[in-house]
Amino acid sequence: MITGSSTVAPVVADVAKRYENTHPGTRIEVQSGGSSRGISDASTGVADIGMVSRALTDEEKQKLTAHLLAADGVCVIVHKDNPVKELNKGQLIDIYTKKVTNWNQVGGADATIVVANKAEGRSTLEIFVHFLGLDNADIKADVICGENLHVINSVVSNPNTIGYVSIGTASAEAGAGTPIKLIVTEGVTPTMESVRDGSFPITRPLNLVTDAETSPAARAFLDYLMSPEIHDLIEKHYFVPVR
Amino acid sequence: MTSSRNTTLCRSVDRLVEAVLGLLALVSGGMVLLIVWHLLAGAWPAIAAGRLGAFFTDAKWQPGSLRDPQFGVVTMLVGSSLVTLLAVVIALPVGLATAIFHRFYAPAFLERWNRRMMELLIGVPAVVFGFWGLMIVVPAIVRVAPDMPGQSLLAGGIVLGLMILPVIALTSQAALQAVPTTLLHAAAGLGLGRARTIWSIALPTARGGITSGVLLALARAIGETMAVVLVCGNIPQIPTSLFDPIRPITSTIALEMGYATSSHKALLFCAGLVLVLFTALFVGWLSFRRNDTDPGTGGA
Repeated sequence: MITGSSTVAPVVADVAKRYENTHPGTRIEVQSGGSSRGISDASTGVADIGMVSRALTDEEKQKLTAHLLAADGVCVIVHKDNPVKELNKGQLIDIYTKKVTNWNQVGGADATIVVANKAEGRSTLEIFVHFLGLDNADIKADVICGENLHVINSVVSNPNTIGYVSIGTASAEAGAGTPIKLIVTEGVTPTMESVRDGSFPITRPLNLVTDAETSPAARAFLDYLMSPEIHDLIEKHYFVPVR
Repeated sequence: MTSSRNTTLCRSVDRLVEAVLGLLALVSGGMVLLIVWHLLAGAWPAIAAGRLGAFFTDAKWQPGSLRDPQFGVVTMLVGSSLVTLLAVVIALPVGLATAIFHRFYAPAFLERWNRRMMELLIGVPAVVFGFWGLMIVVPAIVRVAPDMPGQSLLAGGIVLGLMILPVIALTSQAALQAVPTTLLHAAAGLGLGRARTIWSIALPTARGGITSGVLLALARAIGETMAVVLVCGNIPQIPTSLFDPIRPITSTIALEMGYATSSHKALLFCAGLVLVLFTALFVGWLSFRRNDTDPGTGGA
């Protein structure tokens, strides 16, 4: 049983499918429900492995061991027709705190900026807020979304919207023809490469966590998840394998 | 001899049927109590910690803030109420007009065809309505009010209104069909025109049934989640215009429940409890008023 981050769950589910095929008789159940659930389920023993799409806190590190599966970046997106190509950290802070409210103040057309934020508890929110050095209460949003796709659809349905999503999801959607644009931040283009070489400023680790008592079966699957054999599956989900 | 045995048999079968039916009915009714019990159990940590007061006194909802966590649900109660009200305001006239047309004006084939279409509309999943709203209704609102986010009270009202429209139309039609034809014939006999008969005879007689339909629609609208979460914008605030985003309670639960840790989760259970109680009070008040002003008029 594996539970946790909805960002990590699809990859682990794919890996589990392959593992079940090559290891007949093994049953692996993958459930999403957020990084917080991954932490609590792994520490209470409800799950054998937890999925956590952020770094562990010091308190969490005392109980759990983190195994780095891959890296993911969070990138800012706007509509494809928006002339703005690049925004630095200061501009993003101004936009998300409503000090700047018109696109023409950051090099765009004369239009009111619609700020899309993520709902409480999402790790994309935590990482983005942490990058900006803000508190959740500082952000003044016009739209609050749950899933990455809700953010993307909000940008599509109102071209004045700015949002932030996982680079993996954004690249996949942009590649599939969805009219969104990934914004250059602090001079770095959000790509798989810039996440891999560490130059992209807003990245997060995708972790698997276990407590002290891991069953041999779970241990074997964890080793498989850590092996280079599954790097193709990680890349298929637009994440960056580490090592 | 045989006949008395048959009677005994009949009676015991009857008693068995009564027991089974009673059990099933009580199970369906009792589900509500079970759900409320579950909500109470989930909400208990927050109630025991005395957080319930903050629910109604805090101005904002920002449970994830480290600097200034606040847990006010008033904005969300207002959001739930306003979007539901707007949906009924949109759906009631259209639904009633549809019902009157179906009952008194439409040719049989058209009535049949249109009624089937509305029955289909009831079956459309909420998330499809929500996606349609985000992709069609929201951009249309942005064209009207280009400086606003588009995801708004208005968008939620329109999408919800469309979802409850068939409920109101079909229950109203059933209520109109239950109006005794003798009444209508009598009206015709007195020389009243069709419009006059509908307005003065049919609608007042069917009022109880129509109100029941509206109540059903209200309850459905206030509990609706997947559609509103996609189109309302989900900002917990008191709106100053139709174009402002709002946050219904159901959205909060849907957005945050899967991602909440223990104390935050208990607060979400509290929010669910508040919504259930609020709906119960609201529906109770409406049916009380109905019985009060409208004695003797049966439902649909």
